[in-house]
Amino acid sequence: MNKSHRLRLPVIAAAVTASLVAAGCGSSSSSPGGSGGAAAASAPGITSTQILIGSHQPLTGPAAPGYSEIAPAANAYFQYVNAHGGVYGRKIKYTYLDDAYDPSKTTSVVHQLVLQNSVFGIFNGLGTPTHLAVVKYLNASKVPDLFIASGCDCWNNPAAYPYSFGWQLDYVREGKILGAYIKQHFPGKKIAYFYQNDEFGQDGVKGLDMEIPHSQVVARESYVPTNVNIAPQVTVLKGSGAQVVVSFAIPAFNALFKLTSLKLSYNPTLVASNVGTDPQTLGGLLEAFAKQGGATVNGNQLTQGIITDGYLPTLGSTGNSWIALFKKVHDTYDAKAPFDGNVLYGMAVGYTFVQAMVKAGKNPTRAGVVKAIEGGLPQGAAVAPYNYSMTDHGGMSGAFIGIIKNGAVVQQGPVWTTDTTPTGPVTQFSGSQPPAPASGMP
Amino acid sequence: MTLLRHLVAAAVAGAVIWALSVQLNAFRDFQMAEIAVYVVAIAGLSLLIGLSGQISLGHGAFMAVGAYAAALLMLHLNWPLWAVFPASAAVTALAGTVVGLAAARLSGPYLAGATLMLAVALPSLATQFPGVFGGDQGLSVTVTPPAGLGATFPPTRWLAWVCALAALITLVILANLGRSRVGRNWRAIRDDPVAAALSGLNVGALRVLAFIVSAACAGLAGAMLAITTSLVSPGSFTLSLSIALLAGAVLGGLGTLTGALWGALVIVLVPTYVTDVAASHGLSGGVAANIPIAVYGVVLIVVMLVFPYGIQGGLRRLAGAFLPTSPTRLGSAGRRAPAGEDAEDPDAPYRRPPVSEHQEEGTS
Repeated sequence: MNKSHRLRLPVIAAAVTASLVAAGCGSSSSSPGGSGGAAAASAPGITSTQILIGSHQPLTGPAAPGYSEIAPAANAYFQYVNAHGGVYGRKIKYTYLDDAYDPSKTTSVVHQLVLQNSVFGIFNGLGTPTHLAVVKYLNASKVPDLFIASGCDCWNNPAAYPYSFGWQLDYVREGKILGAYIKQHFPGKKIAYFYQNDEFGQDGVKGLDMEIPHSQVVARESYVPTNVNIAPQVTVLKGSGAQVVVSFAIPAFNALFKLTSLKLSYNPTLVASNVGTDPQTLGGLLEAFAKQGGATVNGNQLTQGIITDGYLPTLGSTGNSWIALFKKVHDTYDAKAPFDGNVLYGMAVGYTFVQAMVKAGKNPTRAGVVKAIEGGLPQGAAVAPYNYSMTDHGGMSGAFIGIIKNGAVVQQGPVWTTDTTPTGPVTQFSGSQPPAPASGMP
Repeated sequence: MTLLRHLVAAAVAGAVIWALSVQLNAFRDFQMAEIAVYVVAIAGLSLLIGLSGQISLGHGAFMAVGAYAAALLMLHLNWPLWAVFPASAAVTALAGTVVGLAAARLSGPYLAGATLMLAVALPSLATQFPGVFGGDQGLSVTVTPPAGLGATFPPTRWLAWVCALAALITLVILANLGRSRVGRNWRAIRDDPVAAALSGLNVGALRVLAFIVSAACAGLAGAMLAITTSLVSPGSFTLSLSIALLAGAVLGGLGTLTGALWGALVIVLVPTYVTDVAASHGLSGGVAANIPIAVYGVVLIVVMLVFPYGIQGGLRRLAGAFLPTSPTRLGSAGRRAPAGEDAEDPDAPYRRPPVSEHQEEGTS
């Protein structure tokens, strides 16, 4: 027995060594790294004809429904730009890889994009826990990390993350804007919080507390996304006698909250973060969940009257030039997807990226695009201006209040802007949204 | 003698890995580190199933224990890597002892169910105690190459070296363990627990020991994953990780260390390769995103149909068919038994022996 092993192992080892070394030598001649290349290449991922960017997106897995529409929508807008001359003649190539919302997969695909595909930058990487896995790596490698798809205030840290930029309204500002509305419209009423127990919910509550008097808050209940039984929380909220419930929850948990409170015949006014209130998504979930429980409900009827906020024009405002532009791009390049809030989000953030690349000039570099964004970007599709500067890498500064009516968000009153400090006031935005350029390109 | 031979093989493998890491680009280095992580985890699981005859659907949870232990040691105590790795393995071994004590009394579907519960429940502890474990966002760890290697040294090559070294050391230890008295005892209780008990073996203690060793491997793999991913968060340790490890062990060939390497190669390389191919053929997003999962499934089915004893078992059978006088078969040339049946050969993939009379009585 032993004798055979003694003979066998060295033979196998020798064979493996020979074949592996041969393979290694073979691949070394094909020059890895690939940052060299064409004449007009001013940075990795930039050639005379192309801008290559990458992203990590939840294309499969639990976060995929809804969110998986975002990257194809951004790509549809890039195709529109490419068909109309590109950015200084360069076509945008967008490679988004699936991370299934798993941070260890995020690390893997982002390494692949940066080291193997040599992308110019990572664009709109989706998710807070997922993107946290790569934000240090991207900044250490000096790779632009543009317009992260997460409202975490943590990206706005130019000292630690000089190459990272947020985009959407952060949850603290959102909390303050919703809080200011509640303070004004529900004086003396009992108010309760229902929030996701992570940075999303906690940041939102932080913002709410900056505006709503503490004496008015009668209950604070949180949930974790892995536990769908929220009856205990809703029972506490009902017991507290709260007349207004403010929710920082994802769509599925807003739907669960609505159905559970219905069952307990508890009917407070619901004020909910933008994240969880896309009417199409929420209405669909309500009907699906009720069906699982053997009941039939009307999604539009149940979402009626929910108070929320929005940082992009509402889908129903057909007169808005941005909605018209994105609808046109959608119908040409992304017609299979429904024209909903996720698609609008993807196109709007795609527009912002093109704005940044145009501003970075004819021979963009990685440091150059960071500098361009720090110099400020025009407002674009957002309802309030961006805050980008040397000291602020956050993103949008404000939103409007909306009420869901017949399955669509209807804007109520003006756009409000604020900052993330406890003392910064929530003020009415005096400017108006500039219309979309006729060419559809920045 | 065995130890020396394993050390020589490990040294040769180390030299090959070193040569490859220098030749290949930075992303391939990163993949080598990933492969090393899975080799360690799968080798541990393969030993548990293939040698001791127990099953675990909860190895992802053990990886989580190791990963969080590593992150906490590095963040709060600033321990160096060479101390963090064994410490994480030790902490997870402790967790493995607790689970193993319960598991030794269970078998078959009950054991699968109990360990499955572990995989589902344990990672959510992180969200229950966000102060310690950082909640959903997890804990961030950073590993930088030593300054002595120069400022331009690729960090991913350092990762590849560290993880490959840890994997090689683990494999040498496991290889020796598998051929030692303990390994033989494990095979004895796997093949026939009643006969083993009659021969004076403590079946329960041996089962617990297998669980401990296996958990320690998973814990080490978790620590390696922590430094590779640079973040430890519950999202990395889902049920699908546990299932992937099991699939990798079965794909490679249960009970063999070489099989663990095959399993790890499939898990790490197939999705990347397929995504590249799908993307280069211009498939639509929704289709391209799901193709790696489909191909992975197809690979699993095909391997199981063609090589029921995993890739390693299949290779051995091919080698036996084409090289009848090759050194691999010298020892057993006299009896010419099919690959799986030489159960006392530690390199042979585990094949479930036909259920014998007294075994049926024993389990009833």
